[in-house]
Amino acid sequence: MLRKLTLIAAALTTLVAAPALAAGGAKHPHDIAYSFEGPFGKFDQAQLQRGYKVYREVCAACHSMKLLSFRNLGDKGGPFYDKKYKNPNDNPYVKALAAEIQVPDIDTETGDEITRPAVPADRFPSPFKNDYAARASNGGALPPDLSVIAKGRAGGPEYLAAFLTGYEAPPKGLTVPAGQYYNAYFPGDLSAGWQTDRKDEKDKDPVPPGGFVAMPPQLAPGKVTFDDNTPSTAHQQAVDVAAFLMWAAEPKLEERNQTGFAVMIYLLLFSALLYASYRRVWRNESH
Amino acid sequence: MVGRSKQTPDLLVRSRFLWDRRLAKGDLQVADSAVHTTPAGDDPSRRDFIHIAAIAAAGGAAASVVWPLVSQMNPSADTLALASVEYDLTKIEPGQQVTINWRGKPLFIRNRTQAQIDAAVRDDAAELKDPQSDAQRHKEGKPQWMILVGSCTHLGCVPTVGGGEFGGWFCPCHGSTYDTSGRIRKGPAPTNLVVPDYAFLSDTKVKIG
Amino acid sequence: MSGHSTYEPKSGITRWLDQRLPVGRLVWDSFVDYPTPRNLNYWWTFGGILSLCLGVQIITGVVLAMHYTPSARDAFASVEHIMRDVNYGWLIRYTHANGASMFFIAVYLHMFRGLYYGSYKPPREVLWILGCVIYLLMMATAFMGYVLPWGQMSFHGAVVITNIIGAIPVIGGPILTWLQGGFAVDNATLNRFFSLHYLLPFMIAGVVVLHIWALHVVGQNNPTGIDPKSKADTLPFTPYATVKDGFAMSVFLVLFAVFVFYMPNALGHADNYIEANPLVTPAHIVPEWYFLPFYAILRAVPDKVMGVVAMFGAIGVLFALPWLDTSKVRSMRYRPMAKLYFVVLVIVCLILGYCGAKLPDDPIIPGLVTFQILESDLNSFVWLSRIATLYYFAYFLVIMPLLGLIETPLPTPETIASPALSHPATTPAGAVADAEKKG
Repeated sequence: MLRKLTLIAAALTTLVAAPALAAGGAKHPHDIAYSFEGPFGKFDQAQLQRGYKVYREVCAACHSMKLLSFRNLGDKGGPFYDKKYKNPNDNPYVKALAAEIQVPDIDTETGDEITRPAVPADRFPSPFKNDYAARASNGGALPPDLSVIAKGRAGGPEYLAAFLTGYEAPPKGLTVPAGQYYNAYFPGDLSAGWQTDRKDEKDKDPVPPGGFVAMPPQLAPGKVTFDDNTPSTAHQQAVDVAAFLMWAAEPKLEERNQTGFAVMIYLLLFSALLYASYRRVWRNESH
Repeated sequence: MVGRSKQTPDLLVRSRFLWDRRLAKGDLQVADSAVHTTPAGDDPSRRDFIHIAAIAAAGGAAASVVWPLVSQMNPSADTLALASVEYDLTKIEPGQQVTINWRGKPLFIRNRTQAQIDAAVRDDAAELKDPQSDAQRHKEGKPQWMILVGSCTHLGCVPTVGGGEFGGWFCPCHGSTYDTSGRIRKGPAPTNLVVPDYAFLSDTKVKIG
Repeated sequence: MSGHSTYEPKSGITRWLDQRLPVGRLVWDSFVDYPTPRNLNYWWTFGGILSLCLGVQIITGVVLAMHYTPSARDAFASVEHIMRDVNYGWLIRYTHANGASMFFIAVYLHMFRGLYYGSYKPPREVLWILGCVIYLLMMATAFMGYVLPWGQMSFHGAVVITNIIGAIPVIGGPILTWLQGGFAVDNATLNRFFSLHYLLPFMIAGVVVLHIWALHVVGQNNPTGIDPKSKADTLPFTPYATVKDGFAMSVFLVLFAVFVFYMPNALGHADNYIEANPLVTPAHIVPEWYFLPFYAILRAVPDKVMGVVAMFGAIGVLFALPWLDTSKVRSMRYRPMAKLYFVVLVIVCLILGYCGAKLPDDPIIPGLVTFQILESDLNSFVWLSRIATLYYFAYFLVIMPLLGLIETPLPTPETIASPALSHPATTPAGAVADAEKKG
């Protein structure tokens, strides 16, 4: 009886675990073999540098990244880490990259608001003064902050890369509202705007996957020139900026993996020792 | 739980184990050999190597757990980022002083006039509570730049620039008077104004900290 | 436990202390010499594991509180400050977040052990009730803790759960405003949740002390459900139980470490990395996994107030269990019918958890349309939840009372220390104990 019940339970589980569409009926992102995946994952520094360039030249015009500071670029595992400069505030690349960007400040002599070149200790500046200004410049839509977006979206960096290159021509019958763009990977429910010629309810064309997003496609071939001569296709830009966003969201990933390895080894050995100790203690007792 | 020796008060409830009472009655004997099977001469000893190894490993684990818990109280990365500050000196006119915030405290950057430098050097030989020559308090070749932590060494008030009879600094709290080299000349402060760790990155740029 | 303490302080200091504050004696009697049934299996190691979890949560929590800012404006950023700037902050934060999940994994296994082996039956009723109190306090603590990062799920989860209080007729509205500190979940709510989240674990620790005290008065249960009858049935707690608990804790830590280091966000929700926005509701609000069964029960009942009653009732029946179960036999090892219903209960709880994560009207088998009952298709998660909820309550309110009266239990062994008799599969009539056979 017990066996029968267990079989029923197992059958039920497989039945309900049917392959489902990704969140909100969007297309499932392709797998990308990122270097940072897996228990021994590491960030590819060249990729992070390219990704930073894409962020700085394309995304930073509208998207803030207010939880990151310029000095983070020189942290261990980061795009501009140099082991000669353990303190990222001394790293000349970091200082130069910071100095390219203007940040708001107060003039201590007059009290006026001014802008000055950034130093490594400064946070990445926001392109807009506040959320209202951001919405006003973007047709009412608020470009989300990108600091932790790679952890804040189901699918992570693979979703972000797929999304950035996922702007397809809308299928015939789909009404795209003004100021919006159809993206096959963006989670949403398109059934309201979907019209089909088929009269028969049961054979209705399935609603296309994806949703409407307020951001137009941003990446284009050659839009960003990569300093290491990697071909600058839109796909490459998307993959690289997604890797950079993953680093931005989880800068301690490498340290976490390395510490994890040491901890697992220690715990497995410790468990073995304790088991041996347990067997020795209980050696002569029945239980 | 607490034993029932005569000196300790019986605060806690009595045991309700059935076997306690039956043993007392002399009931139920179970052959020891049914449960213990210790061969002669093989007593599990507390000093067995495996137990010592396990306890040592536990100690190692405990120590490696303690370290992050202690280290997290050390200054975090954003605090350390502000530990050093760079300043452009071109804005400071001779005779002027600028006060900036460094590590949460005021920092004086003073562009001394020649007269002020001479006055400081002249007093090298004077009777000083905390003897130091002016040359010890500035970088070589740059006597005009006096960079000091703007905190009176008495009880921490911020001295005003130019005050006091020596033209250096004067602390309004208890009257400590410093000369143009920042040395204590009069008043209760025990030591000279602190010269922080700094370096010139160029003739016009200084990095403090 | 034995009525007489065997503690004998050897050194001058220990003798001095023993006469003034007998802590050494207390430790000796409770954790060194304490007679422990010799046949406890690994299901009994979860008590120690739970104590470890409580300690880990309190230590990591106090440390996190040194860096966290409990204001609506700065909370999210302060958590990121911990993750990025504080030395080992990422480790402490991930340990605390995953530690909560590990705490609940352990407590559920501990509770199911109690249900199976009849650890709630006389004389352990108070022990069981204290355990239920600890469970309630844990849920309150975990709920408030999840609000603190002030992400989208934190905020909207708080809105949903506090609105449950608002569902109480007549007085619900004013109580809700009082709880929130305003007209909606906002800064005031966050601040007080932080204060209470810091406080409650210490109350848990206090109830844990009572729980262990209650345990030590009556003694541990064991897999046979038979009381120890002689010294041969027990072993001193140290080193026998100490080393076994230590080993179990170490294995538990392996699982804990896998989560913390390799999948630290697997048990969380991506939406909680979006800063809270009162004006935007996430597409799919879900509580943390350990609340999912109760969430399913809440949504299963069509009426709002009755849903709340059912949800709290699901925990309430646990308190009444010692008096609902009529069986004279403790351990389900010897109750074959009860064992069956118990396995179904476990499956039902898993099903409820699964349903809690789904949208109520989503189909179980995609594409299959059957008939509508009470405005929902039968092939929907809400109906699965309803059936599962019915079984859950039936188990406690119908099956447990009836089974004790109608089932025929297997013969129980005379003593713990006759291991061959203690397991029904190996029971020859009147057999002599075989000392090597594991019980």
